[in-house]
Amino acid sequence: MEALQRIWTVAKREWRSYFDSPVAYVFIVIFLGLAGFFTFSVSQFYEAGRADLRGFFVWHPWLYLVLVPAVAMRLWAEERRSGTMELLLTLPVTPLQAILGKFFAAWGFIILALALTFPMPATAFYLGRPDPGVIFSGYLGSVLLAGAYVALGMLTSALTRNQVISFILAVVGGLFLILAGFPPVTNLLVRWAPAWLVEGVAAFSFMTHFETLQRGILDLRDFFYFFSMMAFMIFCTQAVLQSRAAK
Amino acid sequence: MIQVKKLWKRFGHREAVRGISFEVKPGEVLGFLGPNGAGKSTTMRMITGFLTPTAGTVVVDGFDVAVAPVKARQRLGYLPENAPVYGDMSVLNFLRFIAEMRGFSGAARDTRAEAAVQKCFLDTVRHQTIDTLSRGYRQRVCFAQAILHDPPALIMDEPTEGLDPNQKHVVRDMIRQMGSQKVIILSTHILEEVEAICSRVIIISNGVLVADSTPAELKRRSPTGRLDDVFRQLTVTDDVSDLTRKEVA
Repeated sequence: MEALQRIWTVAKREWRSYFDSPVAYVFIVIFLGLAGFFTFSVSQFYEAGRADLRGFFVWHPWLYLVLVPAVAMRLWAEERRSGTMELLLTLPVTPLQAILGKFFAAWGFIILALALTFPMPATAFYLGRPDPGVIFSGYLGSVLLAGAYVALGMLTSALTRNQVISFILAVVGGLFLILAGFPPVTNLLVRWAPAWLVEGVAAFSFMTHFETLQRGILDLRDFFYFFSMMAFMIFCTQAVLQSRAAK
Repeated sequence: MIQVKKLWKRFGHREAVRGISFEVKPGEVLGFLGPNGAGKSTTMRMITGFLTPTAGTVVVDGFDVAVAPVKARQRLGYLPENAPVYGDMSVLNFLRFIAEMRGFSGAARDTRAEAAVQKCFLDTVRHQTIDTLSRGYRQRVCFAQAILHDPPALIMDEPTEGLDPNQKHVVRDMIRQMGSQKVIILSTHILEEVEAICSRVIIISNGVLVADSTPAELKRRSPTGRLDDVFRQLTVTDDVSDLTRKEVA
């Protein structure tokens, strides 16, 4: 109970600090703007004449790739630079509780931005009769994907006091996780690698698991993948913070 | 109350703290003295659990910092070096956050934050964003954060750094007042401060404890009867004395 209270307190502070600075507003405006631009202009939502949101969700891995690290890069790097990490970690809180608080705040913030895309499904429902189940699982996939990106960004943020380095590391890491399952890359492997290796690499990718959810398939394996990704990054973040104390 | 046993800290090849032991009881105000880089802050960071010792133990009120860090920290108030505070928060919101982290909720949280504001004379800046405050105010905000939960033990790394003479005076009075019931460990560069508020002095040089005494006793050791002479005598390392000798020559 006490542990939950502390996680909640850390999360609240972090959440508020997004809105106390321009970060929250800039992020939301750019996220919505880009999501709209890609969906309507590039995916040609109207011209396609299909009442579904595939042309909307397909861009999310790429939008998150650049935007989520911008939200996550400050989580620990800023604490390190300003010295408040010493304050936070000497309060009666375990590193894991502090990590979870920050993680949920950042994830919650992305989920808020995602929720603000509601005019998109509303338009689809207005124009035709889309499958609500597919849209729901699309959003669910996007939420899970965002969580994995946030966890990655938080890990790179714990590695450095420099937010720019944190940002770049998170983008590179995210790019790797996207490309591991991207057909051009897997095709490259298919030519010479054994099938199990191709599948093994592809199984590591965000894309493979995000894809299934986009098609409206709720597969436990995909949930397991995203949650274990998050758990793994959170575990690594904890290890980084602890090694700093023992250094 | 606070027991430090054979504390060691190695950073790579450098040994910052080499086997420091001491014990502090309630009612004692312990002054930590030593030149820059002697290991004062490192020792304090190990007491608060921010750094893990390479060897040795710290026990706070019966709780080993390495074994029960949260329980030990609940009993500590800590003012880190340079008084880090969340600059994007207002003074009151920051103190409310600390109160909540300290386990106070609802009305108790607000009362605690309010009491800390009053105690540290922050009333006029309570709604101001911390980033817009002067150094002295930030220092006091961090001080307020350390005493907010009325901890039995206080660790303060240079508590009067950056304060003007009047503010220094106020903070020293507060420390002296609290010192009668609490364990207080503070580090400082100002020797007169030690004389004014500390009941006991520990001098660290090169990571080693070189003196553990009272200010009066230390002064008696000096032929001139001045604390800074004893301090120099105990802490001037060979390279520094070489330098002085060369200068004289």
